[in-house]
Amino acid sequence: MLKYKFDWAVVTSGTYFEWLVSGLKVTIELSVVSIALSFLIGLVIAVMRMSHVKPVRWIAHGYLEFFRNTPLLVQIFFWYFGSYKVLPKAVNDWLVEQNFEFASAVIALTIYTSAFIAEDIRSGVLSIPKEQMEAARSSGFSYIRSMRYIILPQAVRLTIPPLVNQFLNLTKNSSLAMTIGVAELTYQARQVESYTFKAFEAFTAATLVYVVLSSVITLLVNFYNKRVLQPMKGR
Amino acid sequence: MVAGLDFTVIKDNLLYFFIGRYPGGPLGGVALTLYLAVASLVLSFIGGLILGLLSISRNWVVKWVSVTFINAVRGMPLLMVIFWMYFLWPAMMGRPMPESQTVILALTFFTSAYMSQIVRAGIEGIPRGQMEAAMSTGLHYRQAMTHVILPQALRNMIPSFVNQFVSMIKDTSLAFIVGVDELTHVATQVNNRTLIYPTEIFLFIALIYFVICYAFTSLSRWLEHRLAWRKAI
Repeated sequence: MLKYKFDWAVVTSGTYFEWLVSGLKVTIELSVVSIALSFLIGLVIAVMRMSHVKPVRWIAHGYLEFFRNTPLLVQIFFWYFGSYKVLPKAVNDWLVEQNFEFASAVIALTIYTSAFIAEDIRSGVLSIPKEQMEAARSSGFSYIRSMRYIILPQAVRLTIPPLVNQFLNLTKNSSLAMTIGVAELTYQARQVESYTFKAFEAFTAATLVYVVLSSVITLLVNFYNKRVLQPMKGR
Repeated sequence: MVAGLDFTVIKDNLLYFFIGRYPGGPLGGVALTLYLAVASLVLSFIGGLILGLLSISRNWVVKWVSVTFINAVRGMPLLMVIFWMYFLWPAMMGRPMPESQTVILALTFFTSAYMSQIVRAGIEGIPRGQMEAAMSTGLHYRQAMTHVILPQALRNMIPSFVNQFVSMIKDTSLAFIVGVDELTHVATQVNNRTLIYPTEIFLFIALIYFVICYAFTSLSRWLEHRLAWRKAI
């Protein structure tokens, strides 16, 4: 450690700085695309999980348990290396024509995160008093419509803080995409390290970005909790 | 589609998946995964307990420093923590460390931060009156904590600890990145050797992880029910 000469210029300007910036861009892209998709799938799974039809409930339950209890890395490898045997050929060919590494990472992150989001949404829905559902049903709404117009709009508002939390987890989890060669932030930090041998500087820069990102978002959630949720619950 | 899968590759390497090259070589596979998870769990239980107690300290400097540390670690991806350990520890200590120890240390740091939140929530879940009652019978803060608060709080934390253990088992798969021979790494080795069975291999190890993790998830649920029931009487 004593012999080590710090050289912060490596990561604050020039090519290596640009690498890190491009890594951050990919990290954000990956996280934003995956969170949007996993919210949609999570919503569907959550509604299925609360369905009155038993097989539908079982499918949703199986989905949740399986994807929550397997490591994300294994899921990433599965989609990256093994998707060609389970996806229809046309879909797979289309994915390969796109950016295949990025696409596999999005699929894996989406499915993994959607399982967690589904549970968050479900607990949001369960926290809405069940009289609301009964009232909606007795005024003639179908089950789906009562969900769509009465329960979900309230539940989603309650679910926003845990969802943002999932987004933060997703951002951190997206670092695993480096193992299949997606050039996101951790990948680029690793690249800078191997080109310059400046491990300390490279990892400090990347770590700071992650920590600042999550701190800012956490502050925003706290603000939301105070300004939006507290008054809503107070009523 | 499933009909096109050929699982003989699993059968041929079954023992390798479970114990690696042991007994002829070092331990690997599922056995090493469990070893990493258990070792890190024990260490991060201790780390989490210490951090959790520090984060509710009445000394604001101690509190502020520990909360900042916890938040910083919680803001980092685990992969980053592993890289830090991998590159910095040898530089600081002047000698290399075996990769499996690097991973155990990284997992410990990372999970301690999460465990500390469980500990804090557990302690805050015990009614304030208990601490006041304990102190008014003449116990010091520390005595009241170790003899009155913690024994009750720890019991309530057990389900969350088990959940954390499940995350830990999943997280050990990241040891792959520094070349530790745990289950995921073993799987990529077999995949690189055979090349044409990736779907079968990763499906199989996903199942192994699932069986282990699901068992513990169910245990945690059962414990939660049991504890809730005992509190009710």
